Amino acid sequence: MSEFVRNQWYVAAYGREIGRELFSRTVCGESILFWRTEAGDVAAMSDRCVHRRFPLSQAPSHLVGDTVVCGYHGFTYDRAGACVAVPGQARIPRTARLTSYPVTELDGFVWVFIGDPGNADATRVPRAPWLDQPGWTTVSGMEPLAARYGLLVDNLLDLSHETYLHGGYIGTPEVAETPIVTRVDEEAGIVYVSRHMADAACPPFYAKSTGITGRITRWQDIEFTPPCLYLLHSRIAPVGVLPGADGTDPDAYHVEVVYALTPETEHSTHDFWAVARDFALEDQGVSDFLAENNRTVVLQDVAALTVLEQVIATEPDGYQELSINIDTGGLAARRMIARLR
Amino acid sequence: MTTRKVLQVDWVPGSDNLRGRCHCGAETVADDPVAMWQWLLAHPDHQHPFPVRSEDA
Repeated sequence: MSEFVRNQWYVAAYGREIGRELFSRTVCGESILFWRTEAGDVAAMSDRCVHRRFPLSQAPSHLVGDTVVCGYHGFTYDRAGACVAVPGQARIPRTARLTSYPVTELDGFVWVFIGDPGNADATRVPRAPWLDQPGWTTVSGMEPLAARYGLLVDNLLDLSHETYLHGGYIGTPEVAETPIVTRVDEEAGIVYVSRHMADAACPPFYAKSTGITGRITRWQDIEFTPPCLYLLHSRIAPVGVLPGADGTDPDAYHVEVVYALTPETEHSTHDFWAVARDFALEDQGVSDFLAENNRTVVLQDVAALTVLEQVIATEPDGYQELSINIDTGGLAARRMIARLR
Repeated sequence: MTTRKVLQVDWVPGSDNLRGRCHCGAETVADDPVAMWQWLLAHPDHQHPFPVRSEDA
C-alpha cells in the first residue's frame, strides 16, 4: 500500500524555479510538468506524453505559446492538458489528455494538489507569509533527500537532535536539556511543540547573525501542519529580555525557519528550507551567512537520514524502536499523518 | 479562552514525567509518551483516570 498522503497540497517548487522552460518534479510518485503561461500563471500536468510516454520535460519537447509540444512525435497540449494537435491526422483521440493538477502560488512556493482535483480547496493551503512580506529578508533552498518522508518528520519535530547533530551551528546543550510542551489541535490539524530556554548559550548561527555575544533567552515554537508545512518560530534575545505586556517585542530577534516536506518517492523527499529574519534586512553578509549555515545544517540532516534510510530499508517491518519524552511531538505528528492516509 | 479541541502534553520541568490534558478536562501523568498519547486519544474512554498527584499539580 502506498504510504503517500493523498488529497493534500504539497510544495512542488519555488516560484522562481518555474518559468518559460519546461520543468519537472516528482511529487508523491507522480512526475509532474510545470511551466509558466505567457500570462504568468503556473500550469501543471503529467510529464508523460499520452502517446508513447515520452517525458514532456525532455528536450526537444518545448513550449509554443501556451502549448507544450512533445519532442518525440509532436503531440501538442494546452495548459489544461488537453491534446490540441497530433501529427498527420485531423482527428484527436478522445482520450488524448494529460492529467492536470491544481496549483496555487503562495508565499514564494508553488503548491500542487495530489489527489482528486475536486477536493482541491486552495483556502486550505497553510501559509508562511514571512517568506514574501515587507519587513522580512529570506534565504532559501532545497536539498534532495534520499530518505523517506517520515524520517524528516521525526527529525524536525524533535529538535533535541540539534545538540548532537548540529553542535557548532545551531545546537547547544540547553536544547536537549529543556523540557518541551506539545499541543495537538485536532480540528485545525496542527501539532505544536514549544521549547523555551530561559538562559542558554548562543550558537554561532544566531551569534554571528544577530551580533549577540552573551547568553540568550531562546524560544523554539514549532507549528507543523501535516503533511507538508513546518514552521519554527525562533525568538532570540539577551537573557531576561521578554516581550512587552502589550505583545510587542522590539528587543528580540525573530527568525522564521520554514520547511516544506514533500515526498518524492516512497524512499526520497524534497527538503525545502527557508530562513526569514526581521533584522539586518539589507545586510547581504548576514544573508550569505544564514544561507550557507542553514544549508550546512540541512545537509547534516540529509547525511544522517540517508544513512538511516539505508538501515531501515534493510530491516523487516515491525522493527523495535524506543520513544522517550523528547519524542512526544514526533509521535503526535506521526498519528496525525496516519489519520490523513 | 479557546474552544478548540486541543490536547496538551507538558514535560514537567525538573522531572521525567509528562502531564497530559485532554480537551474534556481529564488529566493524567505518565513517563512514557506512547502511553500518554494512547490515554489522551482514548477520549472519552480514558482508562485509569487517576487524578494528578498533588506534587505535580
